[in-house]
Amino acid sequence: MLTKAAARRGLKPLGNVVKRGFATVQDPPVRHYGGLKDQDRIFTNLYSRHDHGLKGAQSRGDWHRTKDILNKGDAWIIQTMKDSGLRGRGGAGFPSGLKWSFMNKPGWKEDPRPRYLVVNADEGEPGTCKDREIMRGDPHKLVEGCLVAGRAMNATAAYIYIRGEFYQEASHVQQAINEAYRAGLIGKNACGSGYDFDVYLHRGAGAYICGEETALIESLEGKQGKPRLKPPFPADVGLFGCPSTVANVETVSVAPTICRRGGQWFASFGRERNQGTKLFCISGHVNNPCTIEEEMSIPLKDLVEKHCGGVRGGWDNLLGIIPGGSSVPILPKNKCEEVLMDFDSLRDAQSGLGTGAVIVMDKSTDVVQAIARFSHFYKHESCGQCTPCREGTTWMMNMMDRFAEGRGQSREIDMLLEITKQVEGRTICALGDAAAWPIQGLMRHFRPEIEKRLADFNAANGPVLFGGRLQRDAPSELAISDNLGPERPSPEEQMASVPPPTATPAAA
Amino acid sequence: MLRLGTKRAFRTGARRGFQTSAKRSADVTLTIDGKTVTVPQGTALIQACEAAGVTIPRFCYHDRLAIAGNCRMCLVEVARSPKPIASCAMPAMPGAQVFTNTPMVHEAREGVMEFLLSNHPLDCPICDQGGECDLQDQSMRYGSDRSRFHEIVGKRAVENKDFGPLVKTSMNRCIQCTRCVRFANEVAGVEELGTTGRGNDLQIGMYVEKVMDSELSGNIIDLCPVGALTAKPYAFHARPWELKDTESIDVMDAVGSNILVQSRGPKVMRVQPRTNDDVNEEWINDKTRYAYDGLQFQRLMTPLIRQGDRFVPASWEGALTTVREGLASSGANGNEIKAIAGGLADTESMVALKDWMNQLGSDNTALDCPGGSEPPATGVDVRANYLFNATIPGLEEADAILLVGTNPRHEAAVMNSRIRKSYLHTGLEVGFIGERVETTYEYDYLGADLKAIETFAKGKQGFAAKFKQAKKPLIIVGSALTEHPDGKAALKTLAEYVQDNKAKLLNAEWNGFCVLQRNASRAAAYDIGFVPSAAAAKTTPKFVYLLSADDVDPKTIPEDAFVVYQGSHGDLGAQIADVVLPGAAYTEKGTTWVNTEGRAQMGRAAVSIPGAAREDWKIIRALSEVCGEALPYDDIVQLRDRMWEVSPTLVRFDTIERTSVEVAQFGLAQLASASTPAKASGKTFEKPIKNFYMTDPISRASVTMAQCTRAFVKGEDYGFSKDETAEQASFA
Repeated sequence: MLTKAAARRGLKPLGNVVKRGFATVQDPPVRHYGGLKDQDRIFTNLYSRHDHGLKGAQSRGDWHRTKDILNKGDAWIIQTMKDSGLRGRGGAGFPSGLKWSFMNKPGWKEDPRPRYLVVNADEGEPGTCKDREIMRGDPHKLVEGCLVAGRAMNATAAYIYIRGEFYQEASHVQQAINEAYRAGLIGKNACGSGYDFDVYLHRGAGAYICGEETALIESLEGKQGKPRLKPPFPADVGLFGCPSTVANVETVSVAPTICRRGGQWFASFGRERNQGTKLFCISGHVNNPCTIEEEMSIPLKDLVEKHCGGVRGGWDNLLGIIPGGSSVPILPKNKCEEVLMDFDSLRDAQSGLGTGAVIVMDKSTDVVQAIARFSHFYKHESCGQCTPCREGTTWMMNMMDRFAEGRGQSREIDMLLEITKQVEGRTICALGDAAAWPIQGLMRHFRPEIEKRLADFNAANGPVLFGGRLQRDAPSELAISDNLGPERPSPEEQMASVPPPTATPAAA
Repeated sequence: MLRLGTKRAFRTGARRGFQTSAKRSADVTLTIDGKTVTVPQGTALIQACEAAGVTIPRFCYHDRLAIAGNCRMCLVEVARSPKPIASCAMPAMPGAQVFTNTPMVHEAREGVMEFLLSNHPLDCPICDQGGECDLQDQSMRYGSDRSRFHEIVGKRAVENKDFGPLVKTSMNRCIQCTRCVRFANEVAGVEELGTTGRGNDLQIGMYVEKVMDSELSGNIIDLCPVGALTAKPYAFHARPWELKDTESIDVMDAVGSNILVQSRGPKVMRVQPRTNDDVNEEWINDKTRYAYDGLQFQRLMTPLIRQGDRFVPASWEGALTTVREGLASSGANGNEIKAIAGGLADTESMVALKDWMNQLGSDNTALDCPGGSEPPATGVDVRANYLFNATIPGLEEADAILLVGTNPRHEAAVMNSRIRKSYLHTGLEVGFIGERVETTYEYDYLGADLKAIETFAKGKQGFAAKFKQAKKPLIIVGSALTEHPDGKAALKTLAEYVQDNKAKLLNAEWNGFCVLQRNASRAAAYDIGFVPSAAAAKTTPKFVYLLSADDVDPKTIPEDAFVVYQGSHGDLGAQIADVVLPGAAYTEKGTTWVNTEGRAQMGRAAVSIPGAAREDWKIIRALSEVCGEALPYDDIVQLRDRMWEVSPTLVRFDTIERTSVEVAQFGLAQLASASTPAKASGKTFEKPIKNFYMTDPISRASVTMAQCTRAFVKGEDYGFSKDETAEQASFA
């Protein structure tokens, strides 16, 4: 443009010297994410190599001047959380500072109801194993986090709803709570700050849906764990009818460290709007499955190569990766090479960060079977309250089972996709979405694989009717209705099969 | 369901009654399909859509039950929301733009409908819900025209549950809308009904294997939007489109529930509730609903005359002449001629009978209840002394209720549900004096005899203190208490208590002294003055006329008296009669019924009267003519004119005339100054209804009610073992 304009004005271009115009901008320095230094780790006893008790925790910096943090007041803590850019680590990624501030609506002091922080330790997402590591190795981080987060939202007590299967974790957390009570860190006049705060531990009975925040509240109240309708939101009417906020273990546990080291420190990791460090749990076909604290926005490939010893059989043996637990769509190999592990990048790749549970699948995986297994899981864990999820998950499971075998018609693939669309966004909670997305992801990236399987099965067994019955098994004396999609001979074939009309015999 | 105690505990300030809370909330204006509507704040979107004239399909939503939001049929599109929104669970927001007719909404409805049908058996031809099935109707309107569900694994199969002899289950058809669960928990107080299992295996049923023991269980059949819960007694009897609807009034208790009598030809096929927010909302109890088969049995079809130890059919002429001769030969004169009106006597016939008695010079008009041959303890001069003054909707305004000698659960089951509603949603306190009963709410038990009332009246602690502090206290006196030997003394104590606390109990807005009648005819009988005079009560009768009186103790009727029975059923009364005159049952005559509030309502004839039986007032009119002077009315209009003369309230239908404070106070003064026996009998106040399912000739003749008695009263495990050997058709 510049040169053209110059030419118009009769100026000569400056020979072959490459010049940069004023309008162009220098590329910003490329920042590479990942490679979190040891001094920046929040969870320093993730692998339970050290003492998980109070002494060990204090030696790692927990409970250090907690009183001062509490005395800074709710507004300061919430502002620090907002500055840190922390987003909920439970999967949805809602900004934590904002969420906590909902508890302190104008005039909250006039409300005589008690207020609760509910910690969601019902870690049931397949592939996820971060909260259990925290509770096993660093339970004091959680208890202190309860106190700090509770102070921020002026809660009177915290309820930790822990998954029933986590026996050891529950005992570690209970031990930490007991130690903290004994040391005067929580309870009446917690840490000597003049603030009263109780922490209770409640063990669940092992239902995935109880990890949904309102279902968790119901379960904690002693009812069936079925999600509530929103509104009213828990911040208005939550646990026992009181204002409550449900937060993930990791979210709560990082709060004291953020308060100690400052929001800016936390915000210095990761991309804009995706700041902080995060626990990633890498499982599946990697050489060294692990749970690791890393910087947000680390490239997925780096994460797998650096911490897990790479994909089994090398990166080229990779089939696909599910980047955020069973609820998010799978990514094929080419996408895995480009995505960063943060909320926005994965969303742009039509997947999601979820809980940060990376499930790696190499080429030995039957991906259809794998997703069918997820469908089984969601069918089993659907609470049955609302129609699309109750009926849809079962239907999807049945179809996925058939596709894993190849028993189906290629037209049914689109029908399955339509069913996932009928479930997605129509349900009370997000379980319907979570059941639909993996299938949608599979169809998006691995459709040829399914089509091939269906074709193979059809070739081996003859045409398959809608619903999975074989056409050859249909009673031959009965007509097959059209909405079962039977294979009919084409008109030409039909014509060919009809014997040519014989000449009328001459008069006898 | 847990009582909503937390809400109550944290409610700021003093407890609020209904009236004070009724301050007009702000209105919300929103747009629905381009049409602007204004609704009160807090209205659900689905109701706002109704207000805009848009019908939203629904299964789980019901305006009288809590919101579940689980069927997802009512999805609508709201501007700036990427997802469709369940309109039943979303409050109307100011300025919201709602669309109910967009492709997204159509697609969402079709999707939900497809899911609902995917596990719903295609047994409409053999399903009793056919023709009145929400699923059927809505799938025609909103569903797809063909099925895509062909999975080889097939449909879900669910075992049927045994809810007892009334509710038939076919759980394959269930769409898990949980209306029945919510009704049982919130209204009926059966907290054992709920959902078990999860996901596709979610089932509705009792948590433990037992029948659904509730007086209101039949309502879950109406609530069920599909054929999962149908009526066992009505199973495979008729299709809804064959039935003729007649709007009528129930007579099984004194609530006066509004009912729809559905008949085919000469037979009542079933009874359904009719909505009336002032009386029964839209519930009726099981006796109302199912005692109709009693109309088929034990009917008196022709006049009968006793000859020795058997009855001989007679012509009307013969029967009426025999009565005339019996009256003459008995030598009865004046008060020796006695009439007893039973619980199912209609107002018209009681007016006619009293007129006839008076014409014969008798004041001996008695009632068919304990102590009915004496002047009643409440007196009949002031209506407020024997009516439910606070009115039925008023029950929900009360914040403290004292039940004295009454079990509303059995005497007025539908009213009892209002107490439970109030108990669940407000801080209602209930005190109870009388024989201990199982109510559907907690109560403070204060004792069972007169002493307990006196202790309460003097009391300063416990419930007495709570009652004193209440804004709208309510005393419910059972009809059995007024019939009790200590009834007068009890009423005296209570009347004095009300007088002492009249600031709260008796003012222009609130009359907290209520008598709960238990018989359909009783309030009208008192209105008419169908009670004996003091002199008449002492007379030994020589001629007794029983008008539908089947609870009389035969020993109270002198051996040599001439007894005439007029009524619809051959029950106890007919057995002791010399002449039996067949009358009409409540479904066969158009008559007036006055409920316990004093609300006159019109019952209508649904079917013709069987055999030679006649309308009751006509029989008395004919008899008066045979016996001498004819009563001065020839048709029902003239008779109603006569009723208007007796009391205008009898013909002012569907309204309540409140007693003014001054008159009510006068009535209380009457009660307070009544002369009582010097020494109280000290007998406990027993519940008058031992078996809810059999209280009158119709329910005693009913097979269904007999089965209910077995299942619910005697506690025999009804049908559990039978189920396995039942014929195939019973599972259909």
